[in-house]
Amino acid sequence: MSPAKAPIYLDYSATTPVDPRVAEKMMQYLTLDGVFGNPASRSHAFGWAAEEAIEEARAQVAALINADAKEIVWTSGATESNNLAIKGAAHFNERRGKHLITVKTEHKAVLDTCRQLEREGFEVTYLDPEPNGLLDLEKFKAAIRPDTTVVSVMHVNNEIGVIQDIKAIGEICRANKIVFHVDAAQSAGKVEIDLETMPVDLMSFSAHKVYGPKGIGALYVRRKPRVRIEAQIHGGGHERGMRSGTLPTHQIVGMGEAFRIAKLEMAAENERLRMLRDRLWQGLQDIDEVYLNGDLEQRIAGNLNISFNFVEGESLMMSLKNLALSSGSACTSASLEPSYVLRALGRSDELSHSSLRITFGRFSTIDDVDQALVSLHQAVNHLRELSPLWEMHQEGIDLSTVKWAAH
Amino acid sequence: MAYSEKVIDHYENPRNVGSFNKADLQIGTGMVGAPACGDVMKLQIKVNAEGVIEDAKFKTYGCGSAIASSSLLTEWVKGKTLEQAKQIKNTDIAAELELPPVKIHCSVLAEDAIRAAIEDYQSKQQG
Ligand SMILES: Cc1ncc(COP(=O)(O)O)c(C=O)c1O
Repeated sequence: MSPAKAPIYLDYSATTPVDPRVAEKMMQYLTLDGVFGNPASRSHAFGWAAEEAIEEARAQVAALINADAKEIVWTSGATESNNLAIKGAAHFNERRGKHLITVKTEHKAVLDTCRQLEREGFEVTYLDPEPNGLLDLEKFKAAIRPDTTVVSVMHVNNEIGVIQDIKAIGEICRANKIVFHVDAAQSAGKVEIDLETMPVDLMSFSAHKVYGPKGIGALYVRRKPRVRIEAQIHGGGHERGMRSGTLPTHQIVGMGEAFRIAKLEMAAENERLRMLRDRLWQGLQDIDEVYLNGDLEQRIAGNLNISFNFVEGESLMMSLKNLALSSGSACTSASLEPSYVLRALGRSDELSHSSLRITFGRFSTIDDVDQALVSLHQAVNHLRELSPLWEMHQEGIDLSTVKWAAH
Repeated sequence: MAYSEKVIDHYENPRNVGSFNKADLQIGTGMVGAPACGDVMKLQIKVNAEGVIEDAKFKTYGCGSAIASSSLLTEWVKGKTLEQAKQIKNTDIAAELELPPVKIHCSVLAEDAIRAAIEDYQSKQQG
């Protein structure tokens, strides 16, 4: 994409560009003059060098989350980690019970994994979050049954950026001898994770949300007390049998470097992202009928999810062609459904349809924010000028009392 | 979603945006659609003593294709008699704007809107 025409990137929760420092390091693990060996080759130096790089990266990932390197299993990404954790733990504990609990606002990689387990004869409870996106601990406790074996709750939600109280949920799981899995794809490098103090058994990570490459991730599997899972991919017995397949050294080194940088820079980066986010939110306050989706306090620094009332989402996106962001509305995604996450918060169809997710990251600038503000004002003004609903609202008509001609 | 140039033109430069006084006897108002479905069109016509539509205005909440369909319709009905305006088919709108199949409902809504506006005008003349 030529820089002159490229839109402003405001979609860091979808993916991040690889940090140049990470790319630089990865390139040393591909070619003949680099470390290209198979880390499983035990009989020569090429293999040993690769294995050393893998173990260094494992330690770097573990360091960010205060875990032991032996607790890290490489996967192809958070999707695979979620599958391995949930299916692996559900199947391993099948004789104890066949009931799982999760939340309606989870990523599809968790929800569809649960659906698959339902087809296999497991039962799953999908909890509703509160209107601010957070889980009510009492409602969670009430859902626990004697045959509940696995609970999966994400740390940070990918659409609305809210942070769940993982420690409290984990303590309830411990007390009930339930395996607790956490999808941390959106929290690693953004929120403090300390697995010494957080009672989590399994935790999923992805490199490409943290300025690492796509196609590599990890699953944390607790050793004390030991958590057992059934492998989902069988083969050469790599990763202590939990995940077979030749390890992609360059990808793993990239993830390690990305997590190392995240540990160093997270605190300063969060401060900067919060400043950008707050600047955008403040700059929108002169627009009437703007709604923030999800809790403002229990939320990562770089996320803003907003809905503009009386403006339809797809036309809003059409006006914002210079901004690369995500929409909860219909036709930007393949499905015709409005965001299921916003629906689960109890937002109306209209507000769910007109939602925008703006996520900032390492390379976002104040100028990006200011340009986005200009575009958002122009788009909302243009569309409200055109909107019969806005006109009715201005006339003081309560739209919920209007009888609409169904079509 | 790729839009045709005509849709983009109507979306960026919508024709005849605005409102007439609903209570005026010369005015017919059609409001169709529902917010929960993602589109609401309001189409108004101003009819003279000869039964000719001399002006039209619209406001639309909806996707680009819905906005373009209603904008185009306001251009087409001007100067037409009520009988002629009733002949406008959704397929003509869809063809002119090169709407893809998933957007045909926008042109259907526009056809519904002009019919509703004409009905409203005619019922006012009787009342
Ligand atoms: C919360 C969450 N879980 C899982 C995933 C999937 O991660 P990956 O792309 O590494 O498979 C994502 C990213 O899309 C995510 O945001």
